[in-house]
Formats: sequence, structure tokens, C-alpha cells
Amino acid sequence: MSQTDHIGKGPNRVDGPLKVSGTAHYAGEFNVPNLAYGYVVNSPIAKGKVVQVHADEVLALPGVLAVYSHENVPHLAWFDRSYKDLLAPGGSPFRPLHSPDITFNQQPVALVMAETFELARYAAALLRVDYEQEKHETNLETKRTEGYLPGGGKLGYAPPPPPRGNPEKAWKNADQKIEAEYTHGAQHHNPMELFTSTVEWLGKDKITVYDKTQGVFNVQRYLTGVFGLSKDNCRVVSQFMGGGFGSGLRPQYSVFMATLAALELKRSVRVTLTRQQMFSIGHRPNTLQFVKLATNPDGSLASLQHHALHETSLFEDYTENVVNWSGMQYQCDNVKLGYQLAQLDVYSPQDMRAPGAATGNPGIEIAMDEMAYAAGLDPLEFRFRNYAERDQNVDKPFSSKKLRECYREGAAKFGWDKRPLEPRSMREGHLLTGWGMAGGVWDAMQMPSRASARITADGRLLVLSGAGENGAGTYTIMTQIAAETLGLPLEAVTFELGDTDQPQAPLQGGSWTAASVGTAVKNACDALGEKLLKLAQKQKDSPLKDADYDEVEFVNGQLRLRRDPDRAVVLRDLLQASGVTQVEAESTALPNMLKQNGYSLHSHNAVFAEVQVDEDLGTVRVTRVVNAVAAGRILNRKTARSQVLGGVVWGLSMALMEETIMDHKFGRYVNHNYAEYHIPVNADMPHIDVLFVHEDDDIVNPLGVKGIGEVGMLGVTAAIANAIFHATGKRVRDLPIMLDKLL
Amino acid sequence: MYPFTYSRATDVADAVRDKAGHGASAYLGGGTNLIDLMKYNVEQPAHLVNVAKLPLDKIEDLPDGGLRLGATATNADTAWNEQVKARYPMLNQAILAGASPQLRNAATNAGNLMQRTRCYYFYDIETPCNKREPGSGCSAIGGYNRIHAILGASEACIATHPSDMCVALAALAPTVRVSGPNGERSIAFEDFHRLPGDQPQYDNILAEGELITSLDLPEKGFAKNFTYLKLRDRHSYAFALVSVAVGLELEGNTITDARLALGGVAHKPWRDKSAEQLLKGQPATAETFGRVAAHVVANAVGQGSNDFKIELARRAIVRALQQATEGRQRATDAFLNSNP
Repeated sequence: MSQTDHIGKGPNRVDGPLKVSGTAHYAGEFNVPNLAYGYVVNSPIAKGKVVQVHADEVLALPGVLAVYSHENVPHLAWFDRSYKDLLAPGGSPFRPLHSPDITFNQQPVALVMAETFELARYAAALLRVDYEQEKHETNLETKRTEGYLPGGGKLGYAPPPPPRGNPEKAWKNADQKIEAEYTHGAQHHNPMELFTSTVEWLGKDKITVYDKTQGVFNVQRYLTGVFGLSKDNCRVVSQFMGGGFGSGLRPQYSVFMATLAALELKRSVRVTLTRQQMFSIGHRPNTLQFVKLATNPDGSLASLQHHALHETSLFEDYTENVVNWSGMQYQCDNVKLGYQLAQLDVYSPQDMRAPGAATGNPGIEIAMDEMAYAAGLDPLEFRFRNYAERDQNVDKPFSSKKLRECYREGAAKFGWDKRPLEPRSMREGHLLTGWGMAGGVWDAMQMPSRASARITADGRLLVLSGAGENGAGTYTIMTQIAAETLGLPLEAVTFELGDTDQPQAPLQGGSWTAASVGTAVKNACDALGEKLLKLAQKQKDSPLKDADYDEVEFVNGQLRLRRDPDRAVVLRDLLQASGVTQVEAESTALPNMLKQNGYSLHSHNAVFAEVQVDEDLGTVRVTRVVNAVAAGRILNRKTARSQVLGGVVWGLSMALMEETIMDHKFGRYVNHNYAEYHIPVNADMPHIDVLFVHEDDDIVNPLGVKGIGEVGMLGVTAAIANAIFHATGKRVRDLPIMLDKLL
Repeated sequence: MYPFTYSRATDVADAVRDKAGHGASAYLGGGTNLIDLMKYNVEQPAHLVNVAKLPLDKIEDLPDGGLRLGATATNADTAWNEQVKARYPMLNQAILAGASPQLRNAATNAGNLMQRTRCYYFYDIETPCNKREPGSGCSAIGGYNRIHAILGASEACIATHPSDMCVALAALAPTVRVSGPNGERSIAFEDFHRLPGDQPQYDNILAEGELITSLDLPEKGFAKNFTYLKLRDRHSYAFALVSVAVGLELEGNTITDARLALGGVAHKPWRDKSAEQLLKGQPATAETFGRVAAHVVANAVGQGSNDFKIELARRAIVRALQQATEGRQRATDAFLNSNP
């Protein structure tokens, strides 16, 4: 092993020192000169019309620059397509300040601009807006029979596969079966960093937008479409984010507002949302699920039916894949999967960590636990008996699937074999202990991506790709890939991202960044490597004279022949001897469809959880979690582990505490702040063991990487819910499981 | 947030004078609640008198054997004070059950008494709330009221007082010393906070301009048999759904003195003196505890999403009495000590 083998090790985050020293700049920290500040006013009603905006009253305040609303907003793009970002679902995207119509509570209705943030906020508080209220409906329960299958969809959405076999007949004929309904309320992403956009006015309708986003190119596409700017005049930058979790995938109204004001005022502008306003943007939808399972006498599944209904807005058909996973997770010949939306007077939901899967997974995995008990089987044994060797949804083999190893290694680490099957059988005083498990599956996706690489005479490598970084570790893994490809130490490599001036990269979502941008970085470095080889071959008496690129390797700062490492040139010597100041290459990475088409590409995991429940008081403490993950090649063991730890936090949160509460009387979320919207704190977190199951896969992409951001969350919620059943004998099907549900 | 003027008082008289000289004004302590409420436009003082630096931060012995907690001593300094730890451990536990270390480092003792309800609707100026805007109606009645009152509520307001510290104080029964435009006076802790009635805009009986200067604890601290049990939706940084402060004095297995107060259930820290009387002279048994707990919640009324609190409170009282009897405080909930 050489010193420049970096992939698979666990180096610290290369951007860590910037972050802890305050020199990493976030969207709200670009203090360009002459900033004007905006504050957004939101609707207190869920449905109706704005009758009048009394702007005059606040414009009289010295220092207030403008009030923008539908009454005076300038002419913007007319067609829906101009507002459609890369992740827009079917329907008509919401257009801020476009019309007097109110279609959801907290809809932004005005932007107040002032010389200071404080003044803008004050003026916004004073701004009188008259509304005409209409009757709204925000309760999904009223729409149980009004669901519809969306026609269109968005990037990554797949409608449920057609039914196979005769699931209803098989269910009816089976002796052992279950039927249950599972629900959870809405959730908001709530990243620590608020949505902020700083728009720097550069004159003549030319701007640079510092935005909180998981996709600078998506924001650029949106702004150029809506405001008619050329791409050259609309640079978008997002180098760091204080968390995204999907909330930054689509452009939020903050960036619309800031850009509008900058173009109108012809000066630089910042708009920052409040924590309360962070509940006026997308959310994980409130969902109802219906599952029917039946088994044959041998414990194999005779029937699997999973149907989901979730909310969407009146204007967009937000879609996510909730039930499809169930059809590929287990071997079953009689399967029916259903998916429907229902329109409510709410804002469009939006992808939130493991969108769809995080919802459907607890549905099917709690049901599988219920079915195991109905069949008298250990829940893990039940899963072994129904292990899917093939993805029956698409009738293809998996490119790789080490879920069985996840089950085994996770169970061994946890000590699952000592588990008594009977609920309520582990007691100490009033504390009941329970063990539960569940599994998860997520897509291994790759999106087209570009990257460039440039090496200078001092031996330093600069790699660029306009990718996103919401804290997952993108900077670090790309640095590792580039350094290893060209045989350099990490310190010699700088990777930069988050700028539309860089080569185009996809949105940072779907767990596809490592595969997509990583492959582009590798390709760009290889393209650069080929140029370096040519450069070396031009040298007099080159030791690599007749070598092809696949016969050489870059190791420890040298370019050398694989079969005869003594035939080598030192990279820095080569650059200096050649007299070039730099060598540069750019490359595109596309998924190899020819290779991938015959396979189903997925990552998997298995989670084991221990809980203690106070029988009298209903309080739950999760005491142990083991999460075993098979996600292809692990690029950085440290950042990958951190991703999975974060996933466990999210799964625990969904199981026990997280929910945005809607008061249907007002059609308004009521717990819209960090004190009342509960996510776990350190005191809630158990000991977590993360295991990575080795998985080789040369089909998914040349790096063999599947992505780790979403899969680590899956299984956790259900494993905890199942552990609570094992502890108490109570089956709670409505998440989150707060203590009153266990009294 | 509305604009406001600001001054820093040099002594108590200066503070009282300064505030009286301004119309809609407020005293500013640690600011952990008031500033939030100003950002939400719930509170709109035109003037703030900063009293956090007044020389009222001492914790000192009183001649009668009690302990004086200065009004501006922080919650953290109070909790970790050696005297408090040794003589009033129930108070130490209650304070540490609340908020987060950062908030406790900033929040003052007087401010803890003055903090306002966490009612969702009180915090959201777009919804009616009799406490924020008298006569506008109560949105929590018939709304989402998981964190609302089951005892002592009115048709005008079902808000709860959110403090943990105050629940222990209710059990320990200190005197609240205040200073105002008409001089000084002392208020028994149980009289300090009030029930909502038809004037829920008033959380307490302080007259306009009065400033808390200290909390004077009596000598009796129930340091041997006590508990502060807090039940909530996460294990830290969450307000109590139900909390129970218990102090017992035992001779053998007989209860000779008792204090019992609840948090999260009423507009004020809910001390139940009749329950304390029921405990006195009785054996410390499960039967006694069950009877007393049933008595405390006998008149409790649920509002829908908080119905569970009635049963939860009953069980929590039983558990708290058991723990206090056994002399084993288990920190702030049933688990924290069992999970090192």
C-alpha cells in the first residue's frame, strides 16, 4: 500500500479547519458593500385572497426602501416552464408575489426592503394586509376516498409497478395474515442554517447569488428562467451549508425575493427567513399507509399489499416513491402496490432525507414484524425466509446485494440470538426492555456530472465541480479520489465546489453525489493523467516512452510503469522540466447504461435496536442501535460512519418525537420553532454501532460506490417501533410514539 | 420586533424609577424569554431596563436559618451553589431539569418566575389568544393542547406555567421579596402566580413597576426524602408534560410532613396542600400514594390532546412519592441515572 492510497481510509474533513475557525462562508455571511435587507411577510390564512397591501404606511418610515407584493411586482416570466426547477413535480410551481390568491397558510405575500435588517423586520410587523378568507381544508383524513394516482412525476419518481399474481385472493385464502394502517404527520427539514440569499449587484442586470442551496445550477436555471437573465449574468455560489436534508434541492422563495429586490433596487440585497418561516417551505408529507400481508405455512409470504396516500398542494403533484421498495424488499409472487395523492390547502411537500423510503419503510417493516408474530416466527428468521434474490418489481438481478450479510453481522454484533420471542419478557422493576429489528433499501443512482482538474508546476492539483455540500463530506471524498488517482498526498489537492462557474454537477441529493461527482472527478483526473503521460513521453529518453495509459499508475508523486515501477518519472520534476505552468483537463461522467441496464442497483441495511420503556409512565429510552450497511465501496470510513450516525438520529426522531402539528381550524402549523418541534438531543441518543459490510460492485459505477446519505436512516424507525412492541406488547402504528400512546 | 430604548440600572431604586418614567416598559434579566417574545412581536415594550447587573446576585444565609437566592443570580449558579445542593437538592434537580446549560447560564432566578407560557397560540400573533390579546378568544380550547392545563384552567385560558424551578419552589415555599414604586413587600410563593380566571393576561400578582429582589427559602429543605420527576417528549431541552416535586419527612414509615407540587398542569406551579394534609400521619405505602394521587387529579379536566395528562399525572405522583420515600432521587426522569 502506498502513501497515496486514500480511498477507504478515514481522513478528517478537509474543510473542518475552515468550519471551526469561522472562515467557511455561508450564504448569509457574504458581506458585500451597500447591502439592503429584506423581510418576508406571510399570510395568516390558508385560503382566500389578498385584498389590499397597505404599503404606503410603512414606506413613510425613513430607511424603508420598498414593499413588493402582487400589487407592484414587475412583469416576470409568463409560462410555468420558466419556473420549473430540476426537481419540480407535475403541476404549476408556486410563484411568489404573483397573484392575490392565497393557497396555503404562511404563503409569502410581501417583501419589505430597508436599509437594515431590524428596520425591515419592524416595517414588516407594521405592514397591514387585508385578506378575504375562504374555507380551507388541511386535514388528510377528509380525503381518504379522494386520492388519485398522479399523472406526471419528478426526477427519480417511478409509479408503483403493476400488480403481480393475485394478492387479494392469496390474502383471503391464507390462514395467517395481518392488515393494518400506519400513519405519520408532516415533518419539516429544519436544518440549523436558515434559508438565506445574498445577491450581489454587479451592475447592468448582472448578479452573483450567494444562496443556501443543494444545487447551484438548479437555482441558476430557476433565476434565469424567472427573471430573464442570461447565465453569464447570474452566477450562483453555495460553498457551505448548515444542513439541507433536501430542503435546499429546490429554489426557495427567499432566493426569488432577494433577486427580485436586487434587480429592482439595483443594489445588493440579503433576505433571510426566520425559523418560523422555515415551516412555510416544503415538508415530508403527512401520509396514511395500508398494509396487508399473508404467509404460507412455511413462513414464506403469500401476499404483500402496500398502499399509501399522502398530501400535496393544490398546485403541484408532489411525488415520492413510498411503496415501490416493498415490492423489491421481499420475495413474493402476489404483490399489489398502490400510491395516491390528495390535495390540501398546504404548500407542496418536498424531498426530505430518504424521501418516500423513510415513509414507506416503517409501514412495511412494522407490518413485517406484525406478520412474523402472527406466524410465530422470529422477525429476523422471517426475513431470511423471504429474502429477495432478485428485484421482482423489474424482474432483474441486483448488481450486488449483501443484505443477508447485514442481517447476520448486525445480529451477531447486537446479540440477537439471545432474544426471547415473547413480548414483555425482559423486565427489571418497572422497566421493560425490548429488541426490534428492520431492514432498508435505497437506490444506488448516478447522474451526469462534469469536473475539471488542473495541476500546476508546483505539483498542486486543483479539482473543480459545481456540486453541493450540505455537510456530508463531499469536499473530503472528492479530495481523496483526486489525490489517489494522481498519486498525490491529500495536502497537495484542493477540491472546490458550489459555483456555477465550475463544471456542471447534479443536485446534491439522492445519495448520488459520491457516485456521480466522484466518477467525474476520477475521469477528469484520468484525462489529466493521460496528458501528463504524453508530456512525459515527449521527454528525451522517457522511461515511459511506449506505455499506454492503462499500463501506468500514479503513486507517491510518481508516474510509473505498473509492471516495472523502477521506470518512473517524478511528477514535479516532469512539470518543471517540461516548462509548462499548468496542465488541465475536463471530463464528463455519465452512467454506463449499457452495463447498468440489466440490473437493479440498490444499497441495503439492517438495523437492530434496544429500548427500555417505563411501564407506568410510558417513557421510552433507546439504549442501543446497531446499523449494518452494505453500500458498495466506502470512500471515507469516518464521514460515511458520520452519515449513518446522523441517519440513526433521524430514524429515532421519526420514531419517537418528530412531527409538525397542524391546527386544522387555522390550517396552520402550530409548533413552528425549535423548542416545540422536537428532534433528538444528545441525551436521547443511544450507543450506536455502525458496521459496513464489504460489497464489491463494478456495475454501479467505476468507483463501486453506492452512496450512504439516505440508507443509514432506513430501518431505524421501524426497528425502534418493533422494539417497543417487544418490550410492551403494545403495537403503535401512528408515529411518532410519544409517551401517551404507551400509557 | 419593535424598536425600543434601553438603559442599564445601577441599583434597585434606579431601576424602579427608570421603569416608572417610561410607558410600556419591561425589566430585562437574562433575556432568555423576553427577547424571544419580542422577536415574535408578542411583547412590544418601548423601553427596557436592564436589571441583570444589579447587585442582587448573591446567595446567602438568612438569620432564620433560611437561604436567600438573589434575583439576578443565574439559574446555573443557583443550582450548583453548595448550600442549594446540600440543603435544597430538590431545587438543584428541578433547575437542572429545565432548558439547556446555555440558557441556565443566562437566565436569572427572578426571570424564571417571570417566564411566560409556551402555549403555541400565545406565541403566534396570527392566532387569537386571551393572554396576549384579552377578549380575542382562546385558540387552545378546541385546538391542539398537548401541553396545556388540566387543573385550575378557565374558559378564557388553559395555558400552563412552563417553569421547572418554580415547581420545586412551590414545594419549598419561599417568600418572594419585591420592590416597587410604593416600596417593598413580601409575597408568599404560592400567592405569587395566579390562575387565569377571566384575566389570563396576568400571570402573577406583581403590581406595575414592581421588581423581584430575592427569593427567601425557609430553613426546611426536605434534603433527605425528595424527588423532582419530570416527564417530557425528549430527555433534555423540552418543557414538562407533567412534573412532580415531592418533599417528605418520615418517622419510620410514617409521613410527618409533606410537600407536593406539580408542573405542566396549570397556569401556576400547582401546589396541592390538601394532598399534603392527606399524606401527613399516613404510612408511606403504595396504597397511600395511590389515594393521594387520585385526590390530586380528582378535579382535573382534559382538553382533548392533553387528556392523557390526567392519568400521567396520577402515575407520576405515585412514582415521585415512592422515589422520595426511598430517598433515591433519580435525576429528572426515570432513566437518566440508569444510563451512564
